[in-house]
Amino acid sequence: MMREYRTIEEVAGPLMLVRQVEGVKYDELGEIELDNGEVRRCRVLEVNGRNVLVQLFDNAAGLNLSTSKVRFVGHGVELPVSPNMLGRVFNGMGEPIDGGVKLIPEKSLNINGTPINPAARYYPSEFIQTGVSTIDGLNTLVRGQKLPIFSGSGLPHANLAAQIARQAKVLGTNEKFAVVFAAVGITFEEADFFISDFKKTGAIDRTVLFINLASDSAIERIATPRMALTAAEYLAFDLNMHVLVIITDITNYAEALREVSAARKEVPGRRGYPGYLYTDLATMYERAGRKMGSEGSITMIPILTMPEDDKTHPIPDLTGYITEGQIILSRDMYRKGYLPPVDVLPSLSRLKDKGIGKGRTREDHSGVMNQLFSSYARGKDAKELMVVLGEAALTPIDRLYAKFADAFEERYINQGFYENRTIEQTLDLGWELLSILPRSEMKRIKPEFVEKYWKAK
Amino acid sequence: MAVEGKIVKVSGPLVIAEGMKEANMFDVVRVGRERLIGEIIEMHGDRASIQVYEETAGLGRGDTVVSTGAPLSVELGPGLLQNIYDGIQRPLEVIRDRHGSNLPRGVDEPALDRNKIWHFETTLKFGDKVNPGDVYGTVQETEVVSHKIIVPPRVSGTIIEIKSGDYHIDDRIGKIKYPDGTITDITLMQKWPVRVARPYAVKLAPEDPMITGIRSIDTLFPISKGGTACIPGPFGSGKTVVQHQLAKWSNVDIVIYIGCGERGNEMTDVLREFPELTDPKTGKSLMQRTVLIANTSDMPVAAREASVYTGITIAEYFRDMGYSVAIIADSTSRWAEALREMSGRLEEMPGEEGYPAYLTSRLAQFYERAGKVVCLGSDKRIGALSAIGAVSPQGGDISEPVSQATLRIVKVFWGLDSSLAYKRHFPAINWLNSYSLYRDRLAPWFVGNVSRDWNDKATLCMKILQKESELDEIVKLVGVDALSSEDRLTLEVARSLREDYLQQDMFDLVDGYTQLDKQSDLLDLIFFFKDKAEAAIAAGADIQAVSELPVREKIGRAKSVVYENYKAEFEKIKKEIVSQLDALVAEAKE
Repeated sequence: MMREYRTIEEVAGPLMLVRQVEGVKYDELGEIELDNGEVRRCRVLEVNGRNVLVQLFDNAAGLNLSTSKVRFVGHGVELPVSPNMLGRVFNGMGEPIDGGVKLIPEKSLNINGTPINPAARYYPSEFIQTGVSTIDGLNTLVRGQKLPIFSGSGLPHANLAAQIARQAKVLGTNEKFAVVFAAVGITFEEADFFISDFKKTGAIDRTVLFINLASDSAIERIATPRMALTAAEYLAFDLNMHVLVIITDITNYAEALREVSAARKEVPGRRGYPGYLYTDLATMYERAGRKMGSEGSITMIPILTMPEDDKTHPIPDLTGYITEGQIILSRDMYRKGYLPPVDVLPSLSRLKDKGIGKGRTREDHSGVMNQLFSSYARGKDAKELMVVLGEAALTPIDRLYAKFADAFEERYINQGFYENRTIEQTLDLGWELLSILPRSEMKRIKPEFVEKYWKAK
Repeated sequence: MAVEGKIVKVSGPLVIAEGMKEANMFDVVRVGRERLIGEIIEMHGDRASIQVYEETAGLGRGDTVVSTGAPLSVELGPGLLQNIYDGIQRPLEVIRDRHGSNLPRGVDEPALDRNKIWHFETTLKFGDKVNPGDVYGTVQETEVVSHKIIVPPRVSGTIIEIKSGDYHIDDRIGKIKYPDGTITDITLMQKWPVRVARPYAVKLAPEDPMITGIRSIDTLFPISKGGTACIPGPFGSGKTVVQHQLAKWSNVDIVIYIGCGERGNEMTDVLREFPELTDPKTGKSLMQRTVLIANTSDMPVAAREASVYTGITIAEYFRDMGYSVAIIADSTSRWAEALREMSGRLEEMPGEEGYPAYLTSRLAQFYERAGKVVCLGSDKRIGALSAIGAVSPQGGDISEPVSQATLRIVKVFWGLDSSLAYKRHFPAINWLNSYSLYRDRLAPWFVGNVSRDWNDKATLCMKILQKESELDEIVKLVGVDALSSEDRLTLEVARSLREDYLQQDMFDLVDGYTQLDKQSDLLDLIFFFKDKAEAAIAAGADIQAVSELPVREKIGRAKSVVYENYKAEFEKIKKEIVSQLDALVAEAKE
């Protein structure tokens, strides 16, 4: 028999204090029943003697200290899972909202998951062809990687993420794969863009959606990404599927976390975010990967908008320290009309080295990649100099580099959201662009590959 | 005596229990029905504040807390090497085999394998007197490491029984009689509390380098055996790659690699890759000299705090055998954040950016456990422990407290730079602001063992790079044409130093590790070009033509010439330099 308490002592912001409870556990899920029979959910944040501090997932409107009842259910926040989740839409707390048939769960899983034993991970090394040159050629994505998109307000990160979801495939395979999409505090339009894109391509039947819109409870956002990841883990590690998880927007998540932390009067770290933001984000991002005893994998593409396009803001900064690289979008490139507006130089994929090369992509991949990076960097420097001093001030070789940088942006980066390039096309295009430069500049590429692939003008 | 208390408060990893009056500070306790592992970090009357090393969900008021009566300790003995542990020395591979691929709570697996049999060899006999640090005997733990079983600190007496043979880790290998007459068993294994530094006889000044094969480190910013270094850098600047490289190729006997609050896949990478790499010195797998400690970022935060102590205690144990040990911690910032989180939960008054006021002293204590020492024991063997810590400053800005506190302690600073990383110049060690305070101390060693002009070359290299940054400022204002031919040549030489020398492809088998003599000759080669080009320009050659000399491509590829035939190849390049420059001068004269 579940005990009910009418001992709510305080409600302030997202927090509520309940007194005189018995046997309530840390991190336990609670239900609050209002006068009108409405049930809201909450979670224990602190047990202190016979008092418990709980965090509300909904807003507190309508709560009454004397008449509202609280009961604790004996376990943490859980998500009921079943193979029939595919094609369904859930709210941020994991309840179906698409009006479809009731889901008969196979089991319920705690949304916090448990850490993967590092000794039981497989190192991700299977190349995923996204069809986007700036990713495939320069910042290669592999299965089981977590590769965020750092964007800014108003930049087309949604289009890029949708393009990846649409085009991504592992060469030479035809395996079961699924998409889990978590909308965290984004607008209806943005969520609708993804849903209609999934519908258009037919991907919707193998997609699970978790939707918390900007108008929904802010604190619920703390649970939404974990709901999505729990579903993804079930699909990947129980049903052996290859799952692509897209979470947007992490910035809203971090803000919800800050709201709770501020309400608890915790000592803040930078910019008011709690000191444990790193650990908290890590417990989500680290759920990506591949592990022993399972065929499946979780590849994660979290999207976050950098406040003021500032990469050193705590959210992108801490994310970058956890994830295995980042794709950064640039406002400059967007203004020039280059799509997708990827800022190539600070973008990075840490896992590329074991995913590319002979047998995976092509033998010359690594060399071409490094050569493109360093040539583009030098070309950009040259262009900067040109702006100040004019073209005449450049050495002849630097003039070529400047020309290369322009062509690289125009053709390599600017491919649009609907062109799907194979890895061969991407690499060949790289060689074609490099031929703007003298052959002797190909210091980053092994001579035998220059010999084999060099395209004379 | 087991003290038993009851939980009164649970807040994240912090648990407060009452009825703990009899317990000691820093005792390990088991919390709740699942027997989670925790450690007492504060006592107020009969209330103990406990940091729990595992996820505390499901704990509540009234759950029991049992003290084990002992501080957090590690097991030391054969079986450490090639193992991967979590932050409190639980064997992750054993846990995987017994409990599946995710980490369950409250697991209790001994750190050292109890079933494995080791062959123990001793030369001691009945009646021998032993003192702390003396060697009971040895176990060949892996093909490359002979594990010395040493008399633990504070133990001395007379051997009354000891025998070579095959033993389990906890079997009795002999007996020792203390001066007071008590007799105790000797085993292959001993325990040591992680928060206490293991004693040694004398600390020595460092005088030989830890050779890494990374050119920018060995040449410009060397670290000594027994030295301390830090690698701060923003994300994506290549901290981890440098750390992995140090763990792979440094000329030390034992490597302890701590993944503290970092990515799970990075530890997996080390775990999968190291067994396949061969140590050029021994021809055996690198894993045979390595111990891994993995407390990844999703694992409980309190155990992260313990992981660096676990690591350095194991490192000290191998140092005490007279080995040269390197401990590589990635990243100390995550460790500091764990401190901050616990401090916040304890409601302590925060220092800068919320970090506790004792951050600096804790960091100092950690790094001070490094050093070159004369170990305990009658043979006066010498061991060295080098500590290298990565720092992950927020936004790459090293004015933050962890970087600043670290810089005050360590002697070597390898500052990684994001602008270099964007150009894919790796290792992205910024040559203008990095430093090594060991350079002068190590100079005699390099002069005696590598080449007589080693230090002059390194100094010249720094001078040219410094000059380049000054000239760059001018070029940005007025363009390269405004420079004299000499200055333009300096720019070209600096570029060559950056691209052909400092830049190194860590994933390339030849380029990834450069032997010291090859480093020296490669520098010579670049300076040979510089000298000859200077002469040619003085004789009238055109700087533009010099900078476009075909042989420069060969200089650029010189670093990837295999060690076996690099000398001949370098000589060939030098000849080409001379002939091509001569041709230019001749052309200019016409």
